[in-house]
Amino acid sequence: MLELIVISTLNGVLFGMLLFLLSSGLTVIFSMMGVLNFAHASFYMLGAFFGFQLTKWIGFWPALVLAPLLVGAIGMAVERYGLRNTHKHGHVAELLLTFGLAFAIEEIVSMIWGKSPVDYRVPALLDFPAFTIFSTNYPAYKLFMLAMSVVIFVALLVVLKRTRVGLIVQAALTHPHMVGHLGHNVGRVFMVVFGVGSALAGIAGVIAGPALVTQSDMAAALGPILFVVIVFGGLGSLPGAFIASLVIGLVQTFAVALNGSLASAFGPLDPSTGPSVLTDIWNVTIAQVAPIVPYMLLVLILIVRPMGLMGTRES
Amino acid sequence: MRKLTLAIAVIAPMLGHAASAEDTLKIGYIDPLSGGGASVGEGGLKTFQYLADELNAKGGILGHKIEIVPLDNKTNPQESLVQAQKAIDAGVHYITQGNGSSVGAALSDFVTKNNTRNPGKEVLYFNYAAVDPSLTNEKCSYWHFRWDASSDIKMEALTNYMKDTASIKKVYLINQDYSFGQSVRSDARKMLGAKRPDIQIVGDELHPLLKVTDFSPYIAKIKASGADSVVTGNWGQDFALLLKAAADAGLKVNWYTYYAGGAGGPTAVKQTGLDHQVFQITEGFANSGNKAAMDYEKAFRAKVNLSLWYPRAVNEMRMFKAAAEKANSIDPVKVAAALEDLKFEVLDGGTGIMRKDDHQFLQPIYISSFGKLTENEPFDEESTGWGWHLVSKVDTPQAMVSTTCKMARP
Repeated sequence: MLELIVISTLNGVLFGMLLFLLSSGLTVIFSMMGVLNFAHASFYMLGAFFGFQLTKWIGFWPALVLAPLLVGAIGMAVERYGLRNTHKHGHVAELLLTFGLAFAIEEIVSMIWGKSPVDYRVPALLDFPAFTIFSTNYPAYKLFMLAMSVVIFVALLVVLKRTRVGLIVQAALTHPHMVGHLGHNVGRVFMVVFGVGSALAGIAGVIAGPALVTQSDMAAALGPILFVVIVFGGLGSLPGAFIASLVIGLVQTFAVALNGSLASAFGPLDPSTGPSVLTDIWNVTIAQVAPIVPYMLLVLILIVRPMGLMGTRES
Repeated sequence: MRKLTLAIAVIAPMLGHAASAEDTLKIGYIDPLSGGGASVGEGGLKTFQYLADELNAKGGILGHKIEIVPLDNKTNPQESLVQAQKAIDAGVHYITQGNGSSVGAALSDFVTKNNTRNPGKEVLYFNYAAVDPSLTNEKCSYWHFRWDASSDIKMEALTNYMKDTASIKKVYLINQDYSFGQSVRSDARKMLGAKRPDIQIVGDELHPLLKVTDFSPYIAKIKASGADSVVTGNWGQDFALLLKAAADAGLKVNWYTYYAGGAGGPTAVKQTGLDHQVFQITEGFANSGNKAAMDYEKAFRAKVNLSLWYPRAVNEMRMFKAAAEKANSIDPVKVAAALEDLKFEVLDGGTGIMRKDDHQFLQPIYISSFGKLTENEPFDEESTGWGWHLVSKVDTPQAMVSTTCKMARP
């Protein structure tokens, strides 16, 4: 039992931190600009493929710096030449633009790198088990991912809450004209914010690429869970996303570990009822529905607390 | 006069084209060419195009050139029916499909209805990879022929191998939660229970299809169960992520799989470093040791730049030719009759037969393991340097199960 709890907690925290790594950029862009970026997972995918390619050419560590910069630059270009023009037509236009962009990026990636997974490996420096607990290894690379998540979380919090840059960025969202009159280039502020958000997705891609599967449909596979994280945590709240990631990671991991079903709790159904939808529901184990649990949490929180865990406004 | 010559110049090539179109034998290839299944669908398309080119170079089938018509179904049953209708309207009498048993069931039903309603315009459905047993049992159709071994036949072959492997004591089952994964799980339970009652099934897991990002909690459960072998039908990212999580956690078990060789599978196994611990069940593989098959593999790789993942497609097209020649016709009704009980020397050696009762092709099945190659094994996979190594060949009589099909014959 102790073994189960310790291992599940560890796995849950590691998975939760991976989720936060992936969703931090999305939260930044939403909280600072009010843009719900549907192409976020695509920027994450670009990060993974740039990371893969650059790792091949110049090694993993330079790639970890360069690939996010490249993705950030693309993000800035998207803001400057795309979003800025659609902004005046309202949020729906912005949403549609990022939505279309996601498809375009997926097609371009599969044109360049093909549709099969690429061989993107964990760097040799981190390819060893960091520690062993109850005869289960924990690879150093996973701890590296965890550390990166925490660093990003702290760095973002400090920049946004404790520096002048953060102040200007936050002010630009609610009072763009006033900020403009004070001599700041509001357009450039937004462009940089979008670039930083995209670069965060890029970092997540470079880091998560070797741990997950790097292929052209990875964006589509991961997109939904990221939205669950930020809606659950409260749209636009960074600490909210952090807590939501941890909660989802832990809940899902513990759910997998549990074998209980309605049948084991209340005894099997009367055999005379025969196979039906009811027997299916009766016999399904918690482990079997574990990956759907985050989505159930999403529905639940929207009913109970529509602004999410730490959100400040309803939208 | 000039107008006339111009008209002739324009029309003549059209006539020529029409005449040659009449002569060509079109095969509608209905599989995903976009979306998540596209990497698999494209590989299949290239394989069939290669096979068509090969047959055409030798004069086609009874003098008819073969043309593969690619139709994108996005792995969606509804879309497949639209594409099938489109193909039929364009004069296609043979369709082939493989990815997804839900698609297979829809197509089999569609073709059967079409043939009842339009006598004289029959269409045959050649299935090269949809392995749900129901297609040759309760849902069987006279117009459907399957060249891949159904999932219960593969399990029969695998358990016939496992029953003689004394080191297997505790087995863990982990599968995707849909019709195929469920049939792998129930067949494994039933057949292992009958053949090796001493083997313990220490775990039986179903997880949602293509939704899991982190398999570590599942691996923790496998580890806690003390299993020495895992049986899984997982494919795609569900396979790759499962194996990566196992390697990360240092889980040492043998993996008995259906689709470790699928796109991305070999890359994932190589990354985990599990040398000859991952097994798969197929009707043939690159290093099978059969000279003709290995020469074929070499030529195929040189031209298509892929490994031959579908030896059954080779069997399918060659048997199509044999049946047409036997019937001396490319009329689908006559070809279907000629295919029944047709015996055939398969690509990797040994005799197979298209069973008349249910139109399931019965053939030898191979168990192979993935790892470092010996010098007689020239072929690696996905440029990993590792390849498949023969573990056991299960001959046709040990690789068949009975059928409950009550076929409605025309």
